[in-house]
Amino acid sequence: MRDAKPTPAPETPPPAGLVFDGVRIARQGVPLIALDARVAPGEVLTLMGPSGIGKSTLLAYAAGFLDPAFSAQGRVLVGGRDVTDLPAHRRHVGLLFQDPLLFPHLSVGDNLAFALPEAIRGRSARRDAVHQALSEVELGGYDARDPATLSGGQKARIALMRVLVSEPRALLLDEPFSKLDTGLKAQMRDLVFGKARRRGLPVLLVTHDRDDAAAAGGPIIDLSPGA
Amino acid sequence: MLKLAPLGTLALMLGPVIAGLAGTVLPAFGYMPTLGGDSLSLAPFRDLLSRPGLATSLALSLGTGLAASLGAFIIVILFTAAFEGGRLFRVMRALLSPLLAVPHAAAAFGLAFLIAPSGWAMRLLSPWATGATRPPDLLIIGDPYGLSMTLGLMAKEVPFLLLMVLAALPQTDSLRARNVATGLGYARVAGWLSAVLPRLYPQIRLPVFAVIAYATSVVDVAIILGPTTPAPLAVRLVGWMRDPDLAMRFTASAGALLQLSVSALAIGLWVAGERLVARIGRARLRAGRRQAGERPFAAGAALAMGGLTAALLAGLLAIALWSFAGRWRFPGALPDTLTLTSWQAHLGHLGAASTVTLVIAVPVTLTALVLALACLEGETRKGIALRHRTLPLLYVPLIVPQIAFLFGFQILLLTLGIADTLLAVGLAHLVFVLPYVFLALSDPWRAIDPRYGHVASALGASPNRIFWRIRLPLALRAAATAAALGLAVSVAQYLPTLLIGGGRHATITTEAVALSAGGNRRLIALYAMTQMILPFLAFSLAALAPAVAFRRRQALRASA
Repeated sequence: MRDAKPTPAPETPPPAGLVFDGVRIARQGVPLIALDARVAPGEVLTLMGPSGIGKSTLLAYAAGFLDPAFSAQGRVLVGGRDVTDLPAHRRHVGLLFQDPLLFPHLSVGDNLAFALPEAIRGRSARRDAVHQALSEVELGGYDARDPATLSGGQKARIALMRVLVSEPRALLLDEPFSKLDTGLKAQMRDLVFGKARRRGLPVLLVTHDRDDAAAAGGPIIDLSPGA
Repeated sequence: MLKLAPLGTLALMLGPVIAGLAGTVLPAFGYMPTLGGDSLSLAPFRDLLSRPGLATSLALSLGTGLAASLGAFIIVILFTAAFEGGRLFRVMRALLSPLLAVPHAAAAFGLAFLIAPSGWAMRLLSPWATGATRPPDLLIIGDPYGLSMTLGLMAKEVPFLLLMVLAALPQTDSLRARNVATGLGYARVAGWLSAVLPRLYPQIRLPVFAVIAYATSVVDVAIILGPTTPAPLAVRLVGWMRDPDLAMRFTASAGALLQLSVSALAIGLWVAGERLVARIGRARLRAGRRQAGERPFAAGAALAMGGLTAALLAGLLAIALWSFAGRWRFPGALPDTLTLTSWQAHLGHLGAASTVTLVIAVPVTLTALVLALACLEGETRKGIALRHRTLPLLYVPLIVPQIAFLFGFQILLLTLGIADTLLAVGLAHLVFVLPYVFLALSDPWRAIDPRYGHVASALGASPNRIFWRIRLPLALRAAATAAALGLAVSVAQYLPTLLIGGGRHATITTEAVALSAGGNRRLIALYAMTQMILPFLAFSLAALAPAVAFRRRQALRASA
């Protein structure tokens, strides 16, 4: 991750945040979804709409693994940098799905260590970074635990920290709260949006839950037919 | 590198088949300059047709092959129809899966040890039930109609077909489909046959063709259990191919083409049968017939399934007993004494043959595994599954009879100057190991949630890092099982080892089959046991690897 260091500021500052510039996605030539939007740092843009409308396809496009069955045009900018033609692993775009998707063969700590940028060098520095991330979500001491033994809420928190320690420049959330029960849902919303805001991350949230959109407190684009 | 993997795999898998078929066609029509055949003629076919008993050989190949395939198919289908989801089904599934790893030759020996006039079954029944104090003078092994051989083939194809059915069932939504049918008033078997079978069959069709092609052209099982006067076509072909009179090679090539036609004819007859059954099935469906021989079908299937499995297991037990038997006179039910003498006396030979076997099997299996992983990883990175385009190609080496192209392949190897070498034998084994490794690995690989890879790359991991750190560990269990299966397939190869190795590389399997004519039960038992031990060890290691690697990971430890 050589490019993890901040680049010297150019003459005119590029548009910060996450920018969708004339993005059009089509499946076998049939237009599916279009988006022109700019998400400012620390802001959450919510995309609402029923399933099958192409919300997740849009996220896949922004993250860099659009299924070859689709074709797309337009540009995606992250922190002023055009990432449209970059491979997924060089985009610095973090992802959260409705499942925590912790790697089942790695310990909780190794899940985090896997995500730490290579720029953090040395065994003790990396271990400290993992421990700090764990205590940030009140899971200090969970380093060696098997992810399969965690509760749903704990898994969700580890998944969140795993994304954050990878130092993304934008977050893409694909219905991240839909599988949590009601109490946990409110808690995770606060946690995710709070941390994103504090780190100044632009967030694109895809959901069909009005409460998610309300909790996000940002602009909402409703993609429902007739909306 | 990854981009070349599919091409390399196809070349290694199909190249020998295509080159081999070409190398068979030319000498079959008299063209083989190295042997003085430099003009095209029909003389090889004239010579072939003048061989005594050729018609009987042909009838045996076609008859035993079709009967064994049809028998195994009907038993597996009716058994699944009657018992899927029940306890008996689970028990049989658990019993039969490990039997798949038993080489054909070992299974055939087991059956021979069981049903021969002086076999274990007769010993268990004598003299109290049969009154016999001496083995009766009956021709059971090698009976002129090939009944023992048919039985042996059937016993070994039943586990294979059942496993293929098990792999295909989840994609047919079988239990719910049957429940819908039951709700409409259909009895169990009738409901399954009309609601599930039409969806299941297309998925097991290629494996069924592979079974037919194998059963109509088998050599090792035919040598052990089949008739000899005359023998089925494939066995006679091997004799002609290894005849000291090199002119016989022309006849053998013509015979290989004839064998190809026999297997093709068998598959053609099966396809005609498919049409007929589909027609009858549709008519029954429209007539709304809600019964399909329910109880008798279920009872028959359970009996046949249980009987064949019991015979297979008892045969393997008989092999184990003979390998430790001291004096064991007829009609004693058990040996008088158990001893390690035979093992000790032949340990050197068994070790040498095992070494040759593994020197071939291990590199071949690893090559197949690396190629399969490279193909699948390339497919994952491109984000497209090649399944529908490549699946039929994987079955080509399993559907073209071995003997039809191995002989021609040997000619290619001669021109490359590597004939009779271990490398050549390995290349020939790879043709058959690759499809099995690929088939065993591809479904579990494609079942890995692609979002793991997506999450990892969003975290900044490069494609190579994702492969080594995420996808390969997640597929470790499947990769280990696929490797064990590949090893089992290589260990069991008889014909490729014999023909391509020019008889110079004595593996456990070639030695075991060669011993069958001698009839020394103790010696055969030692080799047959070793034949089973090698794949058994491989599967044990395969089960152990993920259990050790993931001993602290609940989600991966549970055996799937």
